[in-house]
Amino acid sequence: MIMPRRRQGHRGFFALFEHLDSTIEACKALRAAGHKGFRAYAPLPEHHLLEEGLALKHSPVRVFTLAGAMTGAATGFAFTTWTSMDWPLVTGGKPVFSIPAYVVIAFELAILFGALSTVIGLFINAGLPNLRRMVAYHPECSNGSFGVYITAPPAQAEAVKRILSGFDPAELREDPEGFDV
Amino acid sequence: MATADARQRGGLPNPDVATYEAVNRDVLKVLSRPGRGWWVLFAMAAAGVAVFLGSWFYQIYQGIGVSGLNAPVGWGVYITTFVFWVGIAHSGTLISAILFLFRAPWRQAIYRASEAMTVFAVMTAGLFPLIHVGRVWHAYWLIPYPNSRFLWPNFRSPLVWDVFAITTYFTVSAVFFYLGTIPDLAAARDQARGLRKKFYQIISLGWRGTDREWHHFSKAYIYLAALATPLVLSVHSVVSWDFAMAIVPGWHTTIFAPYFVAGAIFSGVALVITLAVPMRKYFGLEDYLTVKHFEAMAKLCLLTSSIVLYAYMTEYFLAWYSGEPPERGSFWNRVFGHYWWANWIMLTCNGLIPLMLWFKRVRRSISALFVISIFINIGMWFERYVIIVTSLSHEYEPWAWGLYRPSYVEMGILLGSFAWFGFWFLLFTRLLPPVAIAEMKEVVPPPMSSRKEAAT
Repeated sequence: MIMPRRRQGHRGFFALFEHLDSTIEACKALRAAGHKGFRAYAPLPEHHLLEEGLALKHSPVRVFTLAGAMTGAATGFAFTTWTSMDWPLVTGGKPVFSIPAYVVIAFELAILFGALSTVIGLFINAGLPNLRRMVAYHPECSNGSFGVYITAPPAQAEAVKRILSGFDPAELREDPEGFDV
Repeated sequence: MATADARQRGGLPNPDVATYEAVNRDVLKVLSRPGRGWWVLFAMAAAGVAVFLGSWFYQIYQGIGVSGLNAPVGWGVYITTFVFWVGIAHSGTLISAILFLFRAPWRQAIYRASEAMTVFAVMTAGLFPLIHVGRVWHAYWLIPYPNSRFLWPNFRSPLVWDVFAITTYFTVSAVFFYLGTIPDLAAARDQARGLRKKFYQIISLGWRGTDREWHHFSKAYIYLAALATPLVLSVHSVVSWDFAMAIVPGWHTTIFAPYFVAGAIFSGVALVITLAVPMRKYFGLEDYLTVKHFEAMAKLCLLTSSIVLYAYMTEYFLAWYSGEPPERGSFWNRVFGHYWWANWIMLTCNGLIPLMLWFKRVRRSISALFVISIFINIGMWFERYVIIVTSLSHEYEPWAWGLYRPSYVEMGILLGSFAWFGFWFLLFTRLLPPVAIAEMKEVVPPPMSSRKEAAT
């Protein structure tokens, strides 16, 4: 197992919340206090949490989709054109470069390349597959609870703890080491 | 992920499931207890796979002559079954991608099973061209590469398009299916023990449900759905062009693409019903696959059945109106010729029996839907049989007409293909969460603190 990256001299705090609204409020409070780089955990893609709580910007995955689809379409046209021009053979009295027929190949390759590069884009941006040992995680986060994980230097530890415990967490875990997540 | 919008728009909330924990508990329970019924079905499927492989090996050993294929009917049960399974594959992507983009909230409960069905149906369909060509050891000839004289495949041939379409469809639907399961595999991982936990640890790719993961995941999912939507429509269009591009009477029409796509969705939704009914009962998923879901699927069947029936009528009308003797002869032969029974099975199962779905009582009766869905599947297989076999047996020149009779080897492979499909589907119900856990949670009200509840 690849070990998770440690954040030198930091401590880790994992707060488990039972309620969506308190998770959102906790994220807002952490942001208001100037903290960055904390993680929220959810058992579903909860848009309020992502947008209100964390104010996430556009995902760059769409660039991968577009680039992949365009590469695929270009490849499809180039491949069919090149191979038919390589040995021009008239069949059925049709033009050697038959656009309508090649659209089918270009279309299918556009979809194929677009889909595969979307997956690559997702993996790069979301950090998957994540083969490191599972730290900074709580198995309840795939069940019915939400979570917030933050690392802080010892000087700020008390302040972070105070913010998190203000939102009534079901569990507040303090790790002696902080990890990049 | 049609989250809050669907709830606000008064979509289809799941009144029968109240909490996130209940979703995990009920769905993951399916993975832990196979029960005797599952083993019986699995043994039957394994036996059927043995029949399938045995028939195929017999054909490989003896040669393609053991099938009934000969001039003039060179495409028979194998191509019929190929088109049948490709068609079945379509509803999965329809439900997971198109209904997702349309934000139909009833898809959540059934989409995982129907997506799995898609993947396994394409896996089944993909074997048939290999079986059909006979010399399966030359299957790599399908890959577009130049031959020993440096001639490339003819990209104007619809058969080459089909290779691209089916390969793309299999890849994209498998990727889409796997990606959607990752968060649920993480949920399974967090509750499993021992060897199963190791298995889920590996295939869940270390998913933790962080905001970063969800943020990119939900975007990637939208883009994949947006790519899969035109793909669904294109794949069966390309399959239909395998026929429509040829000048065989009965095939050479422009209506084929939409007609095939509607038929594909029709048969696919019917098979989803056929599979969902026993799954719901056996695994105790009544709270998830509710009568409302079945009613929605029944409506989809009714719509596509009407399109298919309309296409049949258009075909007959145009054959008559064209004034072309071979075209007229082909359709007269379909209805009153040697294969009249196949045509009437098709019309009855696809056109007449689904008319019962106009009645709300039928749409809301699970047992009635189960029976109707089986008829639809039989009818849709015969539709392809009618299109392929009757058209080829009755082309232009009367001296070139001929009949085709499937051999026992072909029937063994046809029946075995259902077992092959069932084998994978049964494994799926035991290994992967058969209902999408994370997406089900989107239609369950989120847990709010009492503070908030008091305020609102």
